[in-house]
Amino acid sequence: MASTITEARALAPAGVSIGSLLRKAARNYVLRRLAVAFIKVLIVVTLTFFLIRLMPTNPVEVYINELITQYGMSADEARNQAAALLAIDLDAPLSQQYFQYMVGLVQGNLGTSFRSKGTPVGAMIAQFLPWTLFSVGISLLISFALGMLLGMWSAYRRESVGDHVITTFSSIFSSIPNYLVGIMLVVLLGVQWKLLPITQMRGSMSPGMTPGFTLEFIKDIFFHAALPISTYVLTTIGSWTLAMKSSTIATLGEDYVTVAKARGLSEGRIITGYVGRNASLPLFTSLAISIGFIVGGSTLIEFIFVYQGVGQLLLNSITSRDYPVMQGIFLIITFTVILANLLAEFLYSRLDPRVRVAGGK
Amino acid sequence: MAAFWHNLKTTLRLLSHNKVGFVGFLFVIFFILLSFVGPYVVPLDRTTKLDQIYAPISLQHPLGTDFSGRDVLSHVVHGGRDVLTVAFLAGAISTVIAVVMGSVSALIGGKVDSGIMGLADVILTIPQFPLLIVLAGLLRFNNVLILAFILGILSWPSLSRAIRAQVLSLRERDFVEAARALDLGTGHIILREIMPNMASYLAVSLIFAMTAAVYAQVGLVFLGLVPLSGSNWGVMLQLAWTKGAIFYPKALPYILAPVMAIALFQLSLVFATRSLEEMFNPRLRTGV
Repeated sequence: MASTITEARALAPAGVSIGSLLRKAARNYVLRRLAVAFIKVLIVVTLTFFLIRLMPTNPVEVYINELITQYGMSADEARNQAAALLAIDLDAPLSQQYFQYMVGLVQGNLGTSFRSKGTPVGAMIAQFLPWTLFSVGISLLISFALGMLLGMWSAYRRESVGDHVITTFSSIFSSIPNYLVGIMLVVLLGVQWKLLPITQMRGSMSPGMTPGFTLEFIKDIFFHAALPISTYVLTTIGSWTLAMKSSTIATLGEDYVTVAKARGLSEGRIITGYVGRNASLPLFTSLAISIGFIVGGSTLIEFIFVYQGVGQLLLNSITSRDYPVMQGIFLIITFTVILANLLAEFLYSRLDPRVRVAGGK
Repeated sequence: MAAFWHNLKTTLRLLSHNKVGFVGFLFVIFFILLSFVGPYVVPLDRTTKLDQIYAPISLQHPLGTDFSGRDVLSHVVHGGRDVLTVAFLAGAISTVIAVVMGSVSALIGGKVDSGIMGLADVILTIPQFPLLIVLAGLLRFNNVLILAFILGILSWPSLSRAIRAQVLSLRERDFVEAARALDLGTGHIILREIMPNMASYLAVSLIFAMTAAVYAQVGLVFLGLVPLSGSNWGVMLQLAWTKGAIFYPKALPYILAPVMAIALFQLSLVFATRSLEEMFNPRLRTGV
């Protein structure tokens, strides 16, 4: 009896500290954000899991059809071969499949591809993802940096000929769909004017090229990524320019800029330290958000230029109904979007001391 | 009647105040006429003419011919209707949902607010275009109405966030307080007091939702994931790609036709927003 009481006494303070710890955790801004992000990933994974499996024609049917139409097999032959090659148990109840998938996911296992038998999805994504990250990432940096410069320039030279040219081009190119620009690049540069060897530029690197930190390899990957990068830059630079221009114009009217001028600071210092810094703040948030769209927005462009990125992989897996691969790519994309949004939020409160979020104190 | 003409004249004067916007507006009208009246004037050329494949531009074929010798101009004229219909319907659906969700969220608040915004958050997190590709396989968008509906219900979240923020700020204004003091009801407050103040924003958002719908639907058709039949600018583009016309130097007019049609339509929509902004927002008008 006595012993239970002492036990209870000993436990009591520990219980309080766990409770207060939990309460502290619930109040902690960062932790709360992370918890919400985790729940979002969970919802999206679940939604896409069932959506994907609801699609008509399953992977086995697609494969059988392919065998019949491409290799002229008889229906029975094709069915046998498909059954041998794709050892998929699609008859298991969906809830069981879902449970298995989630257990695998917790262990960091994305499953194995149906079509490339035995290949782990993680390895496939690791093979295709770098190309997308490379091509879209480089273009994002180029168009962000160039857009900031052009935007500031046209804000300073408002109503000049250069400003009108820049603004017109920006609004034209940011409203034309990027795949149309891509098609026109192929048609004009590759076919009509024959400036570029369009068929050699396909893929993400030349066959027989060994990856490594050599000049030859770097030249080669830029040769293959040149058209996708040009397309991304052409179609996104306009919105950065326009955003930077309006942001700069707004900043130029601020009192602290007038004060800085009155103090006789040099023009260069005002531009970099006062105007540029403050005007670019909102753009950094958008930059972080656009990082989330790196992976998701590349499907059409990679299709046009036959670039071996994750968008191409997604398209292939959808047409062959390779569920685990589709699921894996969705997970990766969702993950980058959520991560990018978190980054945008933290970046904003870090860069701008005026916006220290309530919970950050 | 006189009042009508006066109103029309005022509207036109306001529209034409911004030159770029007015040109965009005229082009939008041109595309509407081309796609909805044009088909009654120009018959669709369906006959295969093997001796006229990729014929150059001529009086008979002002935009040349396609891979089976059919007149490209007639396909451009007939190919706009579906694109414009889907764009408008999808834009309208997403704007209506956004307005309802955004204002309900802001005015009721509490659990409803966090529920709606959570839903918006989740939809924004799912990668849109890949999701559309999956849905295209799932639902077989062979009907333009289904396509428009899906595009509409996927694209309201970001707009509804913006509307929620605007309603939150507008409802603190004096005139809304006054309406509430007079007990005019939530419906009256939303429709008569708050919405007119957001008219320009809504009109511009509708147009941007339309351009997004054009992007998504043509993209899906181009990838061959939407089995739309008949003439459609997206289908023209897809056929030009799969039939290898892209790599055939003489086929340039055939490829340029749908590309220019889609690009010009997008551009004119975006430019038209400039006029709309001025028309609805008297503060932007100068010297009218």
